[in-house]
Amino acid sequence: MSENHAEAHEGEHFHEAHIVSPKVYFVIFMALLVGTALTIGASYVDMGPWNPVIAIAIAVTKATLVVLYFMHIKYSSKLMKLTVGAGVFTFLILVGMCLSDYISRAWGQW
Amino acid sequence: MSDSHAVAVAEHGAHEHPAHLRHHFVSLEQQDETASFGMWLFLLTEIMFFGGLFTAYLIYRNWYYPAFVSASHTLSITLGAINTLVLITSSFTMAMGVWCAETKKQKGLIWSLIATIVLGFAFLGIKTVEYKEKFEKHHVPGSSFSIQSFVHPVAEDGKAADKALPADTAARTEVYFSLYFAMTGMHAVHMIVGIGLLLMMLVQAIRGAYSHGNIAFVENFGLYWHFVDLVWIFLFPLLYLISRH
Repeated sequence: MSENHAEAHEGEHFHEAHIVSPKVYFVIFMALLVGTALTIGASYVDMGPWNPVIAIAIAVTKATLVVLYFMHIKYSSKLMKLTVGAGVFTFLILVGMCLSDYISRAWGQW
Repeated sequence: MSDSHAVAVAEHGAHEHPAHLRHHFVSLEQQDETASFGMWLFLLTEIMFFGGLFTAYLIYRNWYYPAFVSASHTLSITLGAINTLVLITSSFTMAMGVWCAETKKQKGLIWSLIATIVLGFAFLGIKTVEYKEKFEKHHVPGSSFSIQSFVHPVAEDGKAADKALPADTAARTEVYFSLYFAMTGMHAVHMIVGIGLLLMMLVQAIRGAYSHGNIAFVENFGLYWHFVDLVWIFLFPLLYLISRH
């Protein structure tokens, strides 16, 4: 590699590729299996309005593990983290705004 | 673009770099990050797409709650749980495939891809069994749809029958099944596309295409496959579980 090419790198810090080890993948895989067992178990307990809350909380935890480790976001650059964060934020606006509209009007007219 | 970069490009041939580094990128790191950035933008549009379906499901579940509870009781938790297991395992085998590609283990990559393909087909097979049952019970929305099993429920397989629904409430179960088929159907379409790409990658891997460090395709396909798993992580509790107790 020429000196000039090396200079071009200076000041531009591109993200070094990080290889996630099989051990990490296996631990996450196990955690996902435990999460699945938990969510099935929780569905048989009558917690009234808390059943969907618990189910979604477990699903969000599992999804976070998948995104951070299987999809490497934990080891990615700030640009990637911001991109994923912006996507999740926009998704929450989509769901939150729609639900708040439907839930806050037309009571009993369904 | 800096001058030094322009010089570096002009001097091409005088220096060595991997054959798969495109000229408009400064380094492999930049090239790889650009590719996975693009993949993530695509996945965000996918999140919005499935997000719309999830939103519709939540709103209708709120509206037609008793019908959604009864309809979700017709799904088999056992089959759903087995499919969740199959899909999470396939995500793990795909992650191992990415690791094998990154560490240039060709045999490991080939077997990881084969395992992922087999598990993908297993998922679709179990889904087919579930869909077939829906046709038999007239739970598929459309002209063959029937509310009979909700208006006159019968006990089966030792399970007590659900409470009978009035006809107007029972008619709302069709909304549940419409959303069930729309959501699991779109998910299955993504699985089929994924299996097609996996078969393509398998041929490439056997030819040794990923043995020289050019593995952006494998890595970005990994992102796609994990995303499909991610959708199922939400579909399973929402469709099968939350109305169960």
